[in-house]
Amino acid sequence: MTAFDPSDITIMIVDDEPSVRQSLAAWFEDDGYGIVTAQNAAEALQCMQDHTVDIILLDIKMPGMDGLALQDRIREFNKEVIIIIITAFATVDTAVRALKAGAFDYTTKPVDPDELSHLVHNAVEKIRLQRENLALRESIDHLQFVDDIIGESAPMQQVLELVKTVAPTDSTVLILGESGTGKELIARAIHMNSRRRYFPIIPVNCGALPETLLESELFGHEKGAFTGAQYRRKGKFEMAQGGSLFLDEIGTLSLKSQIDLLRVLEDREFHRLGGERSVKADFRLICATNVDLEREVKTAIFREDLYYRINVFTIHLPALRERRADIPLLATHFVQRHARSMNRATPELSTEAMDVLLTHDWPGNVRELENAIERAVVINKSGVITPADLPLQIGRNSAPPRGTSLSEMEKEHIQHMLDENAWNISRTAEKLGIDRVTLYNKLEKYGLKRPE
Amino acid sequence: MREVTVIPLGSHPRDVELEQLKTGIERVISVEITIAPRPLDIDGALDVSRKQYHSTSILATLLQQSDVQTERVLGITPFDLFVPVLTFVFGQAQLNDRAAVFSTFRLHNEFYGLPRSGELLMGRCIKEALHELGHTFGLRHCITQPCVMNSSTYVEDIDLKPADFCLPCREHLGVVL
Repeated sequence: MTAFDPSDITIMIVDDEPSVRQSLAAWFEDDGYGIVTAQNAAEALQCMQDHTVDIILLDIKMPGMDGLALQDRIREFNKEVIIIIITAFATVDTAVRALKAGAFDYTTKPVDPDELSHLVHNAVEKIRLQRENLALRESIDHLQFVDDIIGESAPMQQVLELVKTVAPTDSTVLILGESGTGKELIARAIHMNSRRRYFPIIPVNCGALPETLLESELFGHEKGAFTGAQYRRKGKFEMAQGGSLFLDEIGTLSLKSQIDLLRVLEDREFHRLGGERSVKADFRLICATNVDLEREVKTAIFREDLYYRINVFTIHLPALRERRADIPLLATHFVQRHARSMNRATPELSTEAMDVLLTHDWPGNVRELENAIERAVVINKSGVITPADLPLQIGRNSAPPRGTSLSEMEKEHIQHMLDENAWNISRTAEKLGIDRVTLYNKLEKYGLKRPE
Repeated sequence: MREVTVIPLGSHPRDVELEQLKTGIERVISVEITIAPRPLDIDGALDVSRKQYHSTSILATLLQQSDVQTERVLGITPFDLFVPVLTFVFGQAQLNDRAAVFSTFRLHNEFYGLPRSGELLMGRCIKEALHELGHTFGLRHCITQPCVMNSSTYVEDIDLKPADFCLPCREHLGVVL
């Protein structure tokens, strides 16, 4: 247990009797606590504005607003402060009401010195744990956000600004971006910087499950709801209670699932499959997709009403080729991460390897970059990653063929291989797996000529 | 050396030899103690319904004694003390000020149905006197064990703590005394 300085705790004594205020104040002053006093509800509310109060010792019977009403008022804006009711007119009814309304404890005047000491000691212990918990949470939050998102380029900085803007609100967020751009990471960043961060974020990949399974996955089911439902099971809506629900690949939802989701979003409640009782849906929705939802709406594949419901705040994640400036940072980060996880010394990235990484188009985005680096760390033995350690298609073919027809692609590929082999016909033919005559025929067909 | 007057309140306390109390206090802190010759009337502090004496009223009465000029006054009474919100108090003092009071009512073993012990009673009285005087010299309740400034809500707590101050409290007293 950490040492706790009583002067870090402020106790407010609310009682209309001056002698009670005075004696309680003197009693706790001797223990070293900070003390403020109030003789009625109005003064108490004023004190709450002027001081950071941790514990309130509250009388019930006071002229004007009584203690129980004051407790309700305080709870409207402060859920943390610990309220201990001390009353001369104790009844079971008031005790139950006070405790139900969130009082920490309840005792009657006159109170035994030992009981009073225990009550306050317990309250202080709770505050100590709350503060310790908060400090731990803050340190965890700090680690989460700083470690995970890497990007100093202008497009990525804009994304982070949007994340910071939208995170503290409770708005639904739609994250758009190609596959592998880190949509789930951004969803987690939004969640971790929201007031819901102490509750879970539940990710659901809508594209990974068939419609029937997705329904029970989202809604949960009661025992016996369908064949095989042997136990009651919570769905993702329920698991995300208080936190965030991340629906990835929302563009793949079937029309029926879209209707079901829309109903939950509108009613803010749902039923488990086979269940009669409605369950409150208290979660923040974050969606992501790599398809053009507007086009899907026009072609009636995606419901317009659901589209407007989820398209409240949109974040476009840039493709990696649109933020090449981040490639060195990301590559270095992945080298360190994978070397650490494989318990190896961190290899260096050679300038040539970095050039290859910088010129590649990365159709698979950051995920592809990470996979390439992981592979390079696995196969590298020398301690310096060279282009030879990178996957073949990256090192040898930094730009994908631009042609679309088979003959266009063939022409570009032959041209590329000839360039790579310095127009040595025999070697190029061997690499292409064809004989020299066939290669000459192709050169003629496509009008390819050795550069002057 | 700081001067302290010990004043019996209501009547002379039963079983407590005030000269012995004086020696016990002076052995621990550098004060010079005078014992008032006559008990002080505290009838005005009696709460008839509670059959207890209001300790805060007693402190006010002590401060009004114009014939007592010493820097500190310590009242000792055989009657039970209270403050309005608590069922009882062993004693009360003005923090960093002049007056303090303690009661022997709950320091007797007989109060708890145990055999009388003059030695235990005197030990408890010395500790209570040191504790309340400590408050008048600016000391708050001490959470360092062991120290006579530890808060006591049971008589057992008084028995457990020593009739002496811990080092930090003693250093504080060294500055003020």
